[in-house]
Amino acid sequence: MNDTNVRFLETHEWARREGNEIVIGITDYAQSTLSDIVYVELPEVGDTLDKGDQFGVVESVKAAADVYLPMSGKVVAVNAALEETPELVNQDALGEGWMLRLSPANPGEWDELLDAEAYQKVVEEEEAH
Amino acid sequence: MVYIPHTDAERQAMLADIGVENVEELFWDIPEKFRYPQLDLPEPLSEMETLQELQFLAGLNLNANTTPAFLGAGAYRHWVPSVVDYVISRGEFYTAYTPYQAEVSQGTLQAIFEYESMICDLTGMNVANASHYDGATAAAEAVIQAYNTFRKKRNKVVLAPTIHPHYRQVIHTYTQGMGLEIVGGDDPTTEIAQLIELVDEQTACLILQTPDFLGQMHDLTGLADAIHARGKDTQFVVITNPISLGLLKPPGDYGADIVLGEGQPLGLGLNFGGPYLGFYATRSQYARQMAGRLVGKTVDLEGKEGYVMTLTTREQHIRRDKATSNICSNQGLMALAATVYMAALGKHGLRKVAELNYHKAHYAAAAIDAVKGFSVVRRKPFFNEFVVRCPKPADEVNTFLIDGMESVEIIGGYDLGQDYPHLADHMLVAVTEMNSRHEIDLLVEALSAFDN
Repeated sequence: MNDTNVRFLETHEWARREGNEIVIGITDYAQSTLSDIVYVELPEVGDTLDKGDQFGVVESVKAAADVYLPMSGKVVAVNAALEETPELVNQDALGEGWMLRLSPANPGEWDELLDAEAYQKVVEEEEAH
Repeated sequence: MVYIPHTDAERQAMLADIGVENVEELFWDIPEKFRYPQLDLPEPLSEMETLQELQFLAGLNLNANTTPAFLGAGAYRHWVPSVVDYVISRGEFYTAYTPYQAEVSQGTLQAIFEYESMICDLTGMNVANASHYDGATAAAEAVIQAYNTFRKKRNKVVLAPTIHPHYRQVIHTYTQGMGLEIVGGDDPTTEIAQLIELVDEQTACLILQTPDFLGQMHDLTGLADAIHARGKDTQFVVITNPISLGLLKPPGDYGADIVLGEGQPLGLGLNFGGPYLGFYATRSQYARQMAGRLVGKTVDLEGKEGYVMTLTTREQHIRRDKATSNICSNQGLMALAATVYMAALGKHGLRKVAELNYHKAHYAAAAIDAVKGFSVVRRKPFFNEFVVRCPKPADEVNTFLIDGMESVEIIGGYDLGQDYPHLADHMLVAVTEMNSRHEIDLLVEALSAFDN
């Protein structure tokens, strides 16, 4: 959680800088709240999306949640393994459970994202409710 | 006993909460003179008198069970074996609307599972849902499935002009606001090849019907590849009459991506236009874009067989405000009726029904074609329904069939002028196994007497 190359959205997505690209997934808190994930719907490679756009759906045995893009850009890869094994998101939300890789259109948007500490506060507030 | 659950005190509390003095205040915006109008009603009747009055009124109708009838156009009079009503009238089934605590209702789930399996067999597809309201809404859901499969990026839909006009209207109603471009036109003589030419890479789906609204059967073999190639996987949707599948190749065998239709011919009565049943099947890779629910068979922790709600991916109770379908329920009782009907007939029985329909319709067509002034329009082979060109507007012919003869009343065919203005003197005549040879001969005799 203290990796400065990882940032967060209030809606429980994470973004990690890898060179010039951004890898995106949902947080460990999000996966544990959703419980067993049975399906992940992802965009197509080549899609151009804006920050805040819904880029997919994560469906668990309890609910279906929309997932939102932390930064604008072009999708350069999606995690095809999630098609057959969506439980990777439960097992390793910040690693093997990654969802897509983005070539950011506006790298400055990174600074608008929450750092680990700010995100932790969001989680604590939600848990208090 | 009073069946009003609220006490005066509770009502006062509710009124106080929303800030009004009394119940009358809730109706302030209705002009006073309209609030409690004097109704000019006859004296109340006893139960016996009421029933007699209603029976008298019902007797003024022509009864499709006792009157020779040649009206089809999407709803057909077929023989319903007594076992169908017997099974669906059982208390365990009859009271079940749709299982909200699905897994508690194992019998209902098993019935839906059997229904889905039979629809898959009939259509040649590998996934069928638990049903829709009717064929028209099933057709609209096919458009939405195709639209979602292409992630809402393709907005063109090609509809054959020979799809049931009501289905086309419902597709327009369901998809309004989605920004779709629906093409295909209204000319029923449009060739399928011309429709395929309309397919491009922006086309989500192409929908054809066989037998179509005019009764014509189309050989759709080989079209799937052409449609998929031209439209880069544009979905190929086939609407069909399930009885016809007793004789014809299942659409799954010639590459359809979605097969759907009106399930009413499968053991449901005419039921005054409803309840009916929309059957719907697709390929398993599209299961997640399919509306409705999918029941599966599994085993519990102890290895015992059981049935579960496997998928309801587009529905409100999972997707909430993002749901893309509102058919959380299904036509449970009607799907059960269709299941019992198919089980009672079996593969050979269904084939027999289809053959009877085909042969009787062809007998009738040949005889009508020989009547002076009438001719059968034969552009394509037909199944159990065909178009007759009449010497006068079809509604005049129909009026004559009911009122024009002393000895017999006949319910004639469907007036095509209602949907295709240039076909005002054309009638769509349906013949099923219910039409005896005697009935067909009566119709031919009556037509011979028309305007001569």
